[in-house]
Amino acid sequence: MNIDAFWIIFTGSLVAICCSLLGCFLILRRMAMVGDAISHAVLPGIVLAFLFSGSREVWTMLIGAAALGVACTFLIEFFHKKAGVQADASIGVTFTWLFALGIILISVYAGKVDLDQDCVLYGEIAYVPLDLWFTESGRNLGPRTVWIIGGVLLILVLFISFFYKQLYLTSFDSAFAAAIGISTTLWYYLLMSAVSLTTVAAFESVGAILVVALMVGPPATAYLLTDDLKKMLLLSSGLGIIASAAGFYLALWLNGSVAGAISAVIGVQFTLAFVFSPSHGIIARNRKGLAAPRMAEATVEPVL
Amino acid sequence: MNTLWEFLSMSDANVRFVTIGSILLAASSAVVGCFTVLRKRALVGDAVAHAVLPGVCLAFLFTGEKNPLLLLLGSFVTGWLSLVLIDVIRANSRIKEDTAIGLVLSVFFGIGILFLTSIQHSGNENQSGLDKFLFGSAAALVGQDLITFGAVALLLLLSVLLLYKEFKLLSFDPAYARTIGLPVKGLELLLTTLTVLAVVVGIQSVGVVLMSAMLITPAAAARFWTDRLGVMVLLAAAMSSLCGAAGAFVSFTAPAMPTGPWIVMLLSLLAIFSFVLAPKKGILARYLLQRRIRRQMTRENILKTLFHLGEATGEYGHSYSKQQILERRQKPLLQMKNSLHTLRRKGLIKKSREGWALTEAGKKEAQRVVRLHRLWELYLTEYLHVASDHVHEDAETIEHVLTPELEKRLEELLHYPTADPHHTQIPQQP
Repeated sequence: MNIDAFWIIFTGSLVAICCSLLGCFLILRRMAMVGDAISHAVLPGIVLAFLFSGSREVWTMLIGAAALGVACTFLIEFFHKKAGVQADASIGVTFTWLFALGIILISVYAGKVDLDQDCVLYGEIAYVPLDLWFTESGRNLGPRTVWIIGGVLLILVLFISFFYKQLYLTSFDSAFAAAIGISTTLWYYLLMSAVSLTTVAAFESVGAILVVALMVGPPATAYLLTDDLKKMLLLSSGLGIIASAAGFYLALWLNGSVAGAISAVIGVQFTLAFVFSPSHGIIARNRKGLAAPRMAEATVEPVL
Repeated sequence: MNTLWEFLSMSDANVRFVTIGSILLAASSAVVGCFTVLRKRALVGDAVAHAVLPGVCLAFLFTGEKNPLLLLLGSFVTGWLSLVLIDVIRANSRIKEDTAIGLVLSVFFGIGILFLTSIQHSGNENQSGLDKFLFGSAAALVGQDLITFGAVALLLLLSVLLLYKEFKLLSFDPAYARTIGLPVKGLELLLTTLTVLAVVVGIQSVGVVLMSAMLITPAAAARFWTDRLGVMVLLAAAMSSLCGAAGAFVSFTAPAMPTGPWIVMLLSLLAIFSFVLAPKKGILARYLLQRRIRRQMTRENILKTLFHLGEATGEYGHSYSKQQILERRQKPLLQMKNSLHTLRRKGLIKKSREGWALTEAGKKEAQRVVRLHRLWELYLTEYLHVASDHVHEDAETIEHVLTPELEKRLEELLHYPTADPHHTQIPQQP
């Protein structure tokens, strides 16, 4: 394995861990599509940050995009709660609007903004080893992206380990959480900020779609394998790392996009768990179904 | 003005194609979108839009050429497959619908990207233009596309027109549709197929991400203006066509502007306008209604308090200061000053040097509210067996909303009572 391959797989793994950790909470809250919405809605934030700072300055882009991500969740909630728009329609209207805004901004400032749509949608992780970071004395510190995503991962791990109880309670039993004095709104928005931050940090290298694939795929697979949230977090991180490595070699073999290949591997992982999971797979379910008395089903069905 | 005229006359063939194409696409996807949104499956369109890509690439890989019909067929197959998979995952595992949609969407799209990049790197000269399915380019519409658009739009509109009643039942009451013997499974399949068809065709002009807006946004906006399905469908189609034409106009005046994003932008603005300003359902209308009710409640509470104060002495015409009124109440009165003035204007209270007193009309109105309060308390204790010290809070809110008809029924039910559970007198109807 040469050094470039190592950096690409390493970056992919870091992104995978970030996304899977947050994704576990998202799918438990039935908010997988909100993750999808945020990953698209950060686009105008990135463009605006670009215009204001005039450069690809990392911090302004992170802040700009994170702000838009939170604004997107706020708008979704606002349309749903205040105007009574159906929940799924509210998501659909909001993120497409912001994405359209982003593309229009890109077209208006085409000369000034060095961004294009395909980069946003599927990124290019293969360029990661090219953008190296040197200290003033000229020491090679490795790819810049690795440092950014590493930083985000550190923040996420600290966030989840310190506030595990709050995140756990607000995800599983928000009524109880509210009763013992945990603000569900505060933790909702903190989680959404974390999702926005991760999306932006990851978007340049892997694009919006892989962010969604990594946020939904490994956690969903892990959800079919375990009932324990802590195990689910670890398992989905592990699955994400495997997908990054396998995806890299698949892309190499097919001479295609690494991000696309990682998504494909995630699909394979899920299919395997869906069929063979010892606790929740189709085979296990059918076996249980055979053991259970057939009568019960026959009486329940007509009522439904 | 000149540009507008030039645009409207459609003398330029390219303008004609783009405009008519955009309108056809916008109207047909809006019509189908109404049903997907009402069936609470709005985001399914997003999944189909992303799942189209691998089909396009596979069709190209197998045939090696860009035959539009074959590409459409390929995209139709994978788009359709994605919907089936979402249903299979949801029905056969503990995975919820939103997760299933997100998973299928990203995995299909990922596979599509893998194929697409692989094809692009293979050096096949033919491949350029395949990414039209990714980002769409309404500006590149040509006459031939228009024929496909027109045919599909006609098919969609005809199916909806012919099966309008069936689709309506399916959207609002599938259980009833099943009992009266409609082929629900078949209709669902047909509606799914129509959705996939609308997406597959539309995607070439607005792109993967924005396609879901063409389905969802007009339907969501139209829903705010009406409760009738027929009106909603027509309204959605009209709004959508308007924005389609306007989007084409924008890119006509400024050629650098992409048509698709502008259509979505205008549609979204129209939707947000509807969310805020639509009569009855909009945020503003609701806020005004709430405010009116809140003020009415404050006024009734003031009258009631004055009545309570008078009840102790039996002298209802006595004046009380604001302080005295507030002391008698357990909860503060919002915007008391305004309400006092309104009450005076209505002749329900009068002002003297010592403060405020009920007029004869005000006393009648106060009696009505107190009467409802006490009737309700009695009803709760007699019929729902709530302890008599727990009924006050509930009565405090319902007294403002009970109608005269309900009042009459309560009286009959309670055999024209004269005292409430706290043994205070219930004021009789004058």
